[in-house]
Amino acid sequence: MLTLILIALAVAQDSKRPPASEQVMLASPRSGGLGAWQKVYSVMVSPRCLNCHTATTYPQQGDDRHRHVANVIRGPQGKGVVALNCATCHQSTNANSTGVPGAHNWHLAPLSMRWQDVNDRPLSSADVCRSVLRLLDGPHLLKHHEEEPLVLWAFNPGRRPDGTMRTLPPLTHEGFVEATRQWVKAGTPCP
Amino acid sequence: MSVTTIHLLTHLLVNGERKTLTVDPSTPLLWVLREDLKLTGTKYGCGIGACGACTVHLDGVGTRSCLVPVSLVGDRKIVTIEGMAHDPIGRVVQNAWVDNDVVQCGYCQSGQVMSVVALLKSNRKPTDKNIEESMGGNLCRCGTYVRIREAIRSAAEKLA
Amino acid sequence: MNRRTFFRISAAATGGFLIAMYFDFPTSAQEAAPKIYPPDAFVHIKPNGEVVIMVNRVEVGQGTSTALPMILAEELDADWSKVIAEIAPAADVYRDPVVGMQMLGGSISIANSYQQYRELGARTRAMLIAAAADRWHVTPEQCRTANSVAYGPAGQKASYAELAEDATRRPIPEKVRLKDPSEFRLIGKPMRRLDGRAKSNGSQQFGIDLDFPGMKIALLARPPVFFGRVRRFDDSEARKIAGVADVFEIPLAKGKGSAVAVVADRFWAAKQARDRLIIDWDLSGVEHADTIELRKRFNELARTTGRIAATRGDAKAMEGIATDNRIVAEYDFPYLAHAPMEPLNITLRYDGDRAEAWTTSQVPDTQRQAMAEVLGLPADRVTYHIGFAGGAFGRRGTLDEHLEREVAAIARRMRGVPIKLIWTREDDVQGGYYRPMVAHRVEVGVGDDGMPSSWRHVVVGQGIVLGTPFESFYAKDGIEALLIEGTADTRYAIPNFHVSVHHPAVNVPVLSWRSVGYSHNTFVVETLIEELALRANVDPIAYRLKLLDPSAKRQRAVLTLLNEKSGWRNALPPNHACGIALSEYHETASACAADVSIEDGRPRIHRVSVTVACGLAVNPMTIENQFQGGLAFGVTQLMAKGAITLKDGRVEQRNLDGYTPPYIKDAPVAVDVHIVPSAEPPTAIGECPVPLIAPAVVNALARLTGKHYRSLPLVEL
Repeated sequence: MLTLILIALAVAQDSKRPPASEQVMLASPRSGGLGAWQKVYSVMVSPRCLNCHTATTYPQQGDDRHRHVANVIRGPQGKGVVALNCATCHQSTNANSTGVPGAHNWHLAPLSMRWQDVNDRPLSSADVCRSVLRLLDGPHLLKHHEEEPLVLWAFNPGRRPDGTMRTLPPLTHEGFVEATRQWVKAGTPCP
Repeated sequence: MSVTTIHLLTHLLVNGERKTLTVDPSTPLLWVLREDLKLTGTKYGCGIGACGACTVHLDGVGTRSCLVPVSLVGDRKIVTIEGMAHDPIGRVVQNAWVDNDVVQCGYCQSGQVMSVVALLKSNRKPTDKNIEESMGGNLCRCGTYVRIREAIRSAAEKLA
Repeated sequence: MNRRTFFRISAAATGGFLIAMYFDFPTSAQEAAPKIYPPDAFVHIKPNGEVVIMVNRVEVGQGTSTALPMILAEELDADWSKVIAEIAPAADVYRDPVVGMQMLGGSISIANSYQQYRELGARTRAMLIAAAADRWHVTPEQCRTANSVAYGPAGQKASYAELAEDATRRPIPEKVRLKDPSEFRLIGKPMRRLDGRAKSNGSQQFGIDLDFPGMKIALLARPPVFFGRVRRFDDSEARKIAGVADVFEIPLAKGKGSAVAVVADRFWAAKQARDRLIIDWDLSGVEHADTIELRKRFNELARTTGRIAATRGDAKAMEGIATDNRIVAEYDFPYLAHAPMEPLNITLRYDGDRAEAWTTSQVPDTQRQAMAEVLGLPADRVTYHIGFAGGAFGRRGTLDEHLEREVAAIARRMRGVPIKLIWTREDDVQGGYYRPMVAHRVEVGVGDDGMPSSWRHVVVGQGIVLGTPFESFYAKDGIEALLIEGTADTRYAIPNFHVSVHHPAVNVPVLSWRSVGYSHNTFVVETLIEELALRANVDPIAYRLKLLDPSAKRQRAVLTLLNEKSGWRNALPPNHACGIALSEYHETASACAADVSIEDGRPRIHRVSVTVACGLAVNPMTIENQFQGGLAFGVTQLMAKGAITLKDGRVEQRNLDGYTPPYIKDAPVAVDVHIVPSAEPPTAIGECPVPLIAPAVVNALARLTGKHYRSLPLVEL
């Protein structure tokens, strides 16, 4: 529910006329930064990202973010365990004919980059923001969002086994990178 | 009637032999192995990577061949269950499988053996936890899990 | 020849009326069964000394393709290292000697063929000795045999291979001497299975592995609601896939519904083509089953008395029991798919005046007949091979012969072309023929002594055999034994006992699932008994022993042995509990104790001790294997995603991600099996372990959480 509200806010902010309640917020650079952060956050807690940024011993899959099939687990480096690695199924590009997503070095984000709690609920915008800043400074985060193959994958996630396209994050990759840049420029404010 | 699927000349390295085939590149490796190369030891159980019956080794990595289109294999070395007889760890595992009377219907066992070999190649002394985690995605409907555990332990002992 | 009753009618001992609890075999099939089976249909001794033994039923993992040859090789005195098992094709001589049909089911294989295979071995040996005696000019009594060699009184020696051809020309002796069990060298010993090596190195062939020149793969696009029909279809995109040979409509089982068949030279081509079909389905005129609606309907029915299946004592006895002393329990069980590891498949080549089929049929008589019917041939013009199956659990014994009819409809259109029809895993999960969905309602009146004095039980579920050629085997007066076994035939001596049943008709095809009615009935009975024991503060094994009819010898034996072998249950680690369950299946009794804790919100089964009374243990290793494996199979019922559900006629699960059977971490970690020693003729094994595990685990969970678990699968603990 929180995610929907935040995405709605992000979408509202994308439109030309911000909602009346937001007009005060957008007046200052910090609030412009907060608006940009909300956009960045909306992508980070969308299923394509959240499914690997877990707080548990397992990845998730699907838009309903159910636990990954076949008892796949995180393993010591987030790459699964011997004989049940991520690479056991995931190749370096999407396998559209079999419906398996793929990208270079497919693996789970480290637990330090978890954007959900152990009950599979997305963390709040404030919590994610603060976590991010503990890990990376602005320029490094921007680089991660611009270049990391697994991040890029989220915007080209391939086909499901039933042939339908996977749901995309709420922004394009360019929009995501631009929002990140705006947030960094505004001094990486957190809500 | 015009045909829309193109078949491409494809080179694969399978059990130490180079094979050249003309196949639809979107075909999962599983079906190329079974139907074009007649290597039927690797099995179709679910087609979605949930059961492990299709497990082969690609450059030594246990891989679910039902999910890998043959176009993504490249020049990685493919080893199937048929290649395990020539593998020193493969032989120990198969002997442990026979000594411990593991199999029942046997359909999942090619995949089980391939996963075990991948495990033992990487970890000669797997703990019970290692065994359960690494074998966690290999399904056996006959429920031979108790004997799978025993056979892995006895294979590991032999390799120690 | 007498009819054989499969169930001892326990109610008869205490008076009362128990209906539909016996098989009723057609007399003509019984009388047609030869008393003396021709050895040359079962044993072939090759010049190189190999002894090929024909096994009269499909091997699906249960191990009879080792145990039956053991029995024959024992009496034959064959060199076991030279024995090879082959699965016999469909033919009258391979009919089960008691049932009168060729079949795999009911866990009857060893029970029914034990005597038969002993006699076959003994007759073959007698004929070999006759050949040797003749050759050496001695009497047969002067000869002896060991390890495929015949010996004469003066040092003469001849191998079975040398004698074989001569032996087959000898008359088949009517009388034969069977060994005394003290002479057994194979029977009773734990023997590794003959197919172990081939199944460990990938060389074992299953039906799905068969390959013939010119063979084509067929897949079916089946209606999303059972027995809907094709109104029209567009295959223009499908036919663009390279390798597609043809696309056409076929009828489904017995004219109910239709499907579209895609035939191609490769599986992947067929699958892609099928995915590109655009089909307009006519889904009118068939019920759209819905799990929520069915559950409501079944629960309402369970609150009314159905057709009376068993009754003894005073039907009104419950009225005299205060409500505080009554337990009312409603149980729900979902449809269950068998999901054998090898998806269903069958290969057939139709040649106009004859045909050849490669199958893994559990009931080849009717299945071959149906195939022949669709082909327009007499059954004996269809050569019907039977091979090794990658599991079955009942799924390969369909009563409407759907697979055989489907492939015949396809092969008939493509004369001379071997057609391999495959059901994909999605087809398998969604395709029906499930263990029925069932509802139970039980009212138990507890006496002052803490024992149940009154038991009133209603079972609601579809009949499996009603309306099929097998109806007379398992049903009588519209009551199907397969739905109430485990309850109606209980050996607990409850004085006032009443069981009735409703068989609603539902448009979901159902079938026997390993242990059939016991899979849910034993769960109900054993969880209630344990609840009563807990309530009375009595040890659950002692409670059962007290409640059992004194004549329930095997049940008593397994509980007593279990008590001895499960001393660990008095020294459990913290957060562990032990649950007990008792089961009987076709004269075999078994009991188990399960050590369970809760980990990550799921039951963790650390250890199970199992005891079994099955008469003579022909191959104790098979028995141990079947019990270890069968317990793991039984965990299917407890899995969080262990249910097939329907919404508006459509099955909601697609593949093993939606219907998820037990993996290694879900199954018991360690299982120790103890067989009650016995010299009585062997009885059932294969299905016996399945009903035990779910109630035992739930009984342990109940001790840990204080909750009742009456609705399966276990989604939340």
